[in-house]
Amino acid sequence: MSTERTLADLAPSEQGRIRTVVGTDGLTQRLWELGFTPGQRVDVVRFAPLGDPIQVRVRGFDVALRRNEARRILLESEEA
Amino acid sequence: MNRPIASGAGRAFLPPDAPARPAKEFVVAVIGNPNTGKTTLFNALTGLTQHTGNYPGVTVESALGEFRVGQHRFHAVDLPGSYSLAPRAPDEMVAVRVLLGRGIGIVKPDVVLCVLDASHLDRNLYLLTQVLELGLPVVVALTMMDLAQRDGIVIDTDAIEQKLGVPVVAVHSTRRTGFDRLRQMLLRAAQERRAPRRHVGFPPGFDREVDSLQQLFPQNGQSPVPRFLVERLLADAGGFVEDELSQEHGESVRAAAVAARARLASAGTPVPQVEVDARYRWIGGVVDDHVRRSQRTDVSWTDRIDAVVTHKLWGTVVFLVAMAVTFQAIFAWAAPVMDLIDGAVQQVATWIGALMSEGPLRSMVLDGVIGGAGAVLVFVPQIAVLFALITVLEDSGYMARAAFLMDRIMSGFGLSGRSFIPLLSSFACAVPGIMSARAIENRRDRLVTILIAPLMSCSARLPVYVLFISAFVPAYAVGGVIGLQGLTLFGLYMIGLIVAPLVALVLKRTALRGPAVPFLLELPPYKIPSWRVVFFRMYDRSWAFIRRAGTIILATAILIWALSYYPRSADLTAKYETLKAQAPAAEVSRLEAEEAGEQLRGSYLGQMGQAVEPIVKPLGWDWKIGMAAIASFPAREVVIAALGTIYNLGSGESETSSELRDVMRAQRWPDGRPVYTPAVALSVMVFFALCCQCAATLATMKRETGSWRYPAITFVYMTTLAYVAAFVVYQLGSRMFGA
Repeated sequence: MSTERTLADLAPSEQGRIRTVVGTDGLTQRLWELGFTPGQRVDVVRFAPLGDPIQVRVRGFDVALRRNEARRILLESEEA
Repeated sequence: MNRPIASGAGRAFLPPDAPARPAKEFVVAVIGNPNTGKTTLFNALTGLTQHTGNYPGVTVESALGEFRVGQHRFHAVDLPGSYSLAPRAPDEMVAVRVLLGRGIGIVKPDVVLCVLDASHLDRNLYLLTQVLELGLPVVVALTMMDLAQRDGIVIDTDAIEQKLGVPVVAVHSTRRTGFDRLRQMLLRAAQERRAPRRHVGFPPGFDREVDSLQQLFPQNGQSPVPRFLVERLLADAGGFVEDELSQEHGESVRAAAVAARARLASAGTPVPQVEVDARYRWIGGVVDDHVRRSQRTDVSWTDRIDAVVTHKLWGTVVFLVAMAVTFQAIFAWAAPVMDLIDGAVQQVATWIGALMSEGPLRSMVLDGVIGGAGAVLVFVPQIAVLFALITVLEDSGYMARAAFLMDRIMSGFGLSGRSFIPLLSSFACAVPGIMSARAIENRRDRLVTILIAPLMSCSARLPVYVLFISAFVPAYAVGGVIGLQGLTLFGLYMIGLIVAPLVALVLKRTALRGPAVPFLLELPPYKIPSWRVVFFRMYDRSWAFIRRAGTIILATAILIWALSYYPRSADLTAKYETLKAQAPAAEVSRLEAEEAGEQLRGSYLGQMGQAVEPIVKPLGWDWKIGMAAIASFPAREVVIAALGTIYNLGSGESETSSELRDVMRAQRWPDGRPVYTPAVALSVMVFFALCCQCAATLATMKRETGSWRYPAITFVYMTTLAYVAAFVVYQLGSRMFGA
């Protein structure tokens, strides 16, 4: 079907549900540890003035990350 | 009279055979996620005993302190804020080393105090689940209960205590509630020494791999590898533990870990997911049962502030205003106190001058100690204001937003917003700036940040700028609003901000080339800064500055005094004595100045200075400036002491020692032209803006990078840059201003 939907595809104030985070390196591990875990809801709060990085909310706290990193966070295709 | 008997006096009445419990000393390590109020809690717990220093066996500085529970004394160490005990950055490795007592001379704590933010309990519990597996007694402090309440979160503390099996104490650091119970619990935990039970179970496949990896390490060698580290070796692909154990026990360790991870992946339980899943599953159970959450409907303060502060236009305006206010405050707020200190130093000089008789000792005290080291003390208020403001920016949560705003720009130079915080701290001092680069996970990124940090205009440069600006830049307001002095200062600060990214770019293209570095940073809720934390940082750093003034600066000032006082030519003295005896009274002071000048030229310093003059002449400097600049390579603020000493000796009238800037304005070349033209003043300031005149910075770099290579590179590139820039500024400036 279509290509995978990721956190980087969302616009400000859109949200999605995390399917998984890809990768095995330190950054992926840190994302997992911070609570970007399967089934969690994640909101895009806003983009930085220059369009990157983006501010997202997971488990009630805010994190800034670049689009490039947000692409590792895969979302469930359809909102249930 | 009915006086209560003090406990100490009371003990004297006990029968002699009653077993007096001996007072004991314990070590408590404090750990927690970043932004949990850990520092504020540490501050409330240890009060005025807090200081920065080295934990035994650890070469990096941390906050240390003490407190008492009954007659027992606790030594506390504030470990770096960490999200997990899977070390990815050097500061996280420090935490793991201390907690495991691993390393030569490292004292293993008796108890761990784990600080959890109640308003983000699930993420904070992640760290706790790991801390509970260390085998050390644990006490939990819950902070931010009021924030949690406001967010509609209700926590059943007693039930969670039951579930965790360790004491849980809700504390409020500013209102000081919960601290009595916290101290009692720490004492009990340290005395009972009972390891908490383990809660999180991993799949059997994971445990089996840990068992077989454990076989790689001798069970009773000099430093047995605890199971906790073996788990980290398995779970953290390419992490610090893998690197360290491979170095100690051979590369076969890495190979075995890689093979084990591959087996786990094909069994459907890949790392790091397998560990995180297990922990969060357990946490989910705790939170679901004992934390009630009602959906809040109003928009939080943080959201409202962020809407402005991270806005395209307003965010940029706020950023610039915050920076401008910082620099303005340094000048405006510190000035009255500076005048006070200056007056006091002058007063002391007058008193001592009147008490002592003419001779070398009097000259040393007045020209070397007071004229030199005393002149540096005047700048303590500015250091205090600068550190206070940077701490406010950090503690309020704004610094993280600044990093968020700046990341895109920083990425243009191959860095990330992460580097922004160490670089901004370097405006206070490169030493803590370089140390805070520990939090940067990527090694290349960390090295580049460390190499460019000394280019940021640190607080030690500030006295130099202030002296030269107040002496040579007119207090004239451009358009009636913006002071020319403030503008010049701003310009000097900009030099570092412009040059540093260019240097970073060059480094990222050459020696430290590599793929783009990720950026991931928590944006904590805004809060009113803790005034205790701000005050402590201000006090701690100002004292450090005063100590430097009392040691390295004092020593250099006395050395410079000696070099510029000796040898005294007896012939010269005799010659001027006869001249003065014959001359009319009005001529005497002129003759004295002439004599002092000739003595100085003939001194060791004068001889050396004339030798280096050809090198500094292209910068527009005379030999006195040249010598002062060379003398300040150990610490740049020495230049003020050096100039003070050289000019005091050269003026021959130290008893009426006027302000240094007036003396500088009066300096003349032998042909009568003023030494300090605007172009010369600018050239000196630009030199100091770019030059690496700080032994402490170089030593810190060596410690943080583990080799002399990087400090050597830094010293060479910065000194070269400084010389070339000062040359260009003087050559252009002298043509523009016509002098």
